Amino acid sequence: MSSKPRAAGPPGEPRRVAYLYLLPAFAIYAVFLLYPIGRAVQISLYDWDGLTLGTWAGLDNYVAIVADEGLRAAFGHALVLIVFYALGPLVIGLALAAILHHAKVRGLGFFRTVVFLPQVIAMVVVAVAWRRVYAPDGSLNGLLSALGLDGLTRGWLGDYTFALPAVGVVGTWFETGLVTVLLLAGMSRIPPELYEAARLDGCGAVREFFAVTLPSVRGEMAVALTLTVIAALRTFDLVYVTTRGGPGTSTTVPSYEVYHRAFGLGQVGSAAAVGVTLTVVIFAISFGINRFADRRVS
Amino acid sequence: MTAQPRASRTLPLFAAITAITAALAGCAPGSSAPPASPSAQPSASAVRTDAAALGDVTLTVWDQEVRGGQAAQMEQLNKAFQEKYPNIKLNRVSRSFDDLNTTLRLALSGNEPPDVVEANNGRSSMGAFVKAGQLRPLDAFAEAYGWKERYPESVLRYSRYSADGKLFGEGNLYGLPQVGEVVGVFYNRAKLTELGIQLPKTWSDLETALATAKAEGEVPLQFGNLDKWPAVHVFGTVQSRVVPAEQISTLAFGRKGATWNTPENSQAAEQLVSWAEKGYFADGFNGQGYDAAWQAFGKGQGVFLIAGTWLLADLQKALGDDLGFMLPPGSTADAPPVATGGTGLPFAITAKSPNPDAAAAYINFITSADAMKVLADTGNLPVADTADQSVPDGPQKDVFTAFGTASAENGLVPYLDYATPTFADTLGAALQDLLAGKATPQEFLGTLEEDYKTFAESNG
Repeated sequence: MSSKPRAAGPPGEPRRVAYLYLLPAFAIYAVFLLYPIGRAVQISLYDWDGLTLGTWAGLDNYVAIVADEGLRAAFGHALVLIVFYALGPLVIGLALAAILHHAKVRGLGFFRTVVFLPQVIAMVVVAVAWRRVYAPDGSLNGLLSALGLDGLTRGWLGDYTFALPAVGVVGTWFETGLVTVLLLAGMSRIPPELYEAARLDGCGAVREFFAVTLPSVRGEMAVALTLTVIAALRTFDLVYVTTRGGPGTSTTVPSYEVYHRAFGLGQVGSAAAVGVTLTVVIFAISFGINRFADRRVS
Repeated sequence: MTAQPRASRTLPLFAAITAITAALAGCAPGSSAPPASPSAQPSASAVRTDAAALGDVTLTVWDQEVRGGQAAQMEQLNKAFQEKYPNIKLNRVSRSFDDLNTTLRLALSGNEPPDVVEANNGRSSMGAFVKAGQLRPLDAFAEAYGWKERYPESVLRYSRYSADGKLFGEGNLYGLPQVGEVVGVFYNRAKLTELGIQLPKTWSDLETALATAKAEGEVPLQFGNLDKWPAVHVFGTVQSRVVPAEQISTLAFGRKGATWNTPENSQAAEQLVSWAEKGYFADGFNGQGYDAAWQAFGKGQGVFLIAGTWLLADLQKALGDDLGFMLPPGSTADAPPVATGGTGLPFAITAKSPNPDAAAAYINFITSADAMKVLADTGNLPVADTADQSVPDGPQKDVFTAFGTASAENGLVPYLDYATPTFADTLGAALQDLLAGKATPQEFLGTLEEDYKTFAESNG
């Protein structure tokens, strides 16, 4: 870029007047996003039942989150769900996308639609359907019985060991399509010359995947991970419809606690504290993922 | 993706948030809400009961009567009310139970709340609204309209709170319900005949019947506890066989002076566990939904089902006259009736309503003797004058008799989850643990005791 000095600075350089252009968008952003967030942070510092005058509680609500064994468990469950919502779909999605891309399947559009289909369905509908699948007389147990595996049948969502993984598998089923389609889009942008070069160097299909495909879709992987990790951490409807946190407390998640505290128990301050904490955790994790992806690119 | 210096972009964001938060710090949440001044109780003579003379008035009514017979009775009664009092215009807003529960809180804290609302009896709904001074005490109206003569106290107490909202089950009257409900035992008559089982007269008869049904390969007791709360009703039924009714009331209203750690409570918990161990409950009950369970009972899977009268209409549709209902039998055949039960959601008047007299006239109209007849005709269970209704023999008659008997003899004990704001959760999770063998009866009672004690003592 040539450096021809001008009174208002070089073209493309930020000028103060630019902030004026930002103002309308920022106003909306502030009213509908920043203000509610600020308000939530403020409420989280009070002991408030949502109806009468709140009393200042300082950081008590946050201290209670750390001290409350049940809430710590809820955050733990959310971390387990990340494995099912984010890592599982990523691995399956990479494999599926690589196969679909590599094999140049006929009717690619059809398969892409089928894989993506779960994303189109509302989560509540998904949850109701899977509740039937997991029921003691549901189709999963029917399938196991048909295979002669009667010993494995159980009421999946009522089982202390399997309820959380069962909820997680629904997440895997739900997110895999999104991840696959994202990765497919990324792979279609890889220049064919790279593959040619790799093949000339004597790469097999597997080597080619790790040497060419994987590094090229790192950006898409970061996007996919960000989206799915957030989905995992804010899981609410799935748990609300399938298990309500049970059996016992083995599938409680933070978002469910927010809802439950605010609308069920009338502990709005505590609910806001959980919500703010969850927001911070989500922000930190997605920040970490993107930092990681960026560094590897450059 | 390019590496952007993110920190420099996110910094102003944080600055903005901090600035906004600081600007807000002046007003504490709830400071725009009205001061919690309990409105003064007018005397009965000040109440104007002649609704036709109240002038032109619009009443906004929020109810949750959206399903089948519930919706039918409400529409019919509202129409009759409009015809009788054309000067009072009804503005009806109906929502499902869940929706009403979540939106009512916000609606009541606004400046123009609805006039009449159906508020859930529990501490986190009606109790919280009373505490915030949002509901009007109805005692003067009750006296003027003679509600106390028609409603037994065992029913009215579910809508009573102390003026500060702390004590539940006593104090001012804040609402009046239309329908009653009682948890009892549904049975499949055809199955009983097939198995050669007599209708159980005592609790031990019932246990024998469960054993027989199990031996014959039937599902003795249909049950689905995935939703956590269904076991509360089963446990309440078992508990009220052995624990004195007064103790249950003290525990369930969260008052001081009782304890969960009694031999009777532990006997009840042990009985429940033994039923699970003997396989009396449907397989995989902790993983089966409540709706799926009663639907299975309706399809002929299961000999007995411990559940509330609210299932009557649906089960009768499925099983017809094979369906029967009885109050849970006592330890002896002539023991006085005791059953978990209560009322549908009571109708309450908001403190800010400008037309309390018209609102009370409306509530009186939809709970009058004529209204009770409409309720019975539309398949609901009227909470008052239950014995006076003429219904054909069969399951509906069973249900009417059961509720009439229990309420007339003051045999209704409250739902256990009324005890504390958190008790529904505590008890629901603890029962799942108990039934799955994850907690012993002693550990189970310890969990309940902790929640109950903590609340009862801090509540004063």
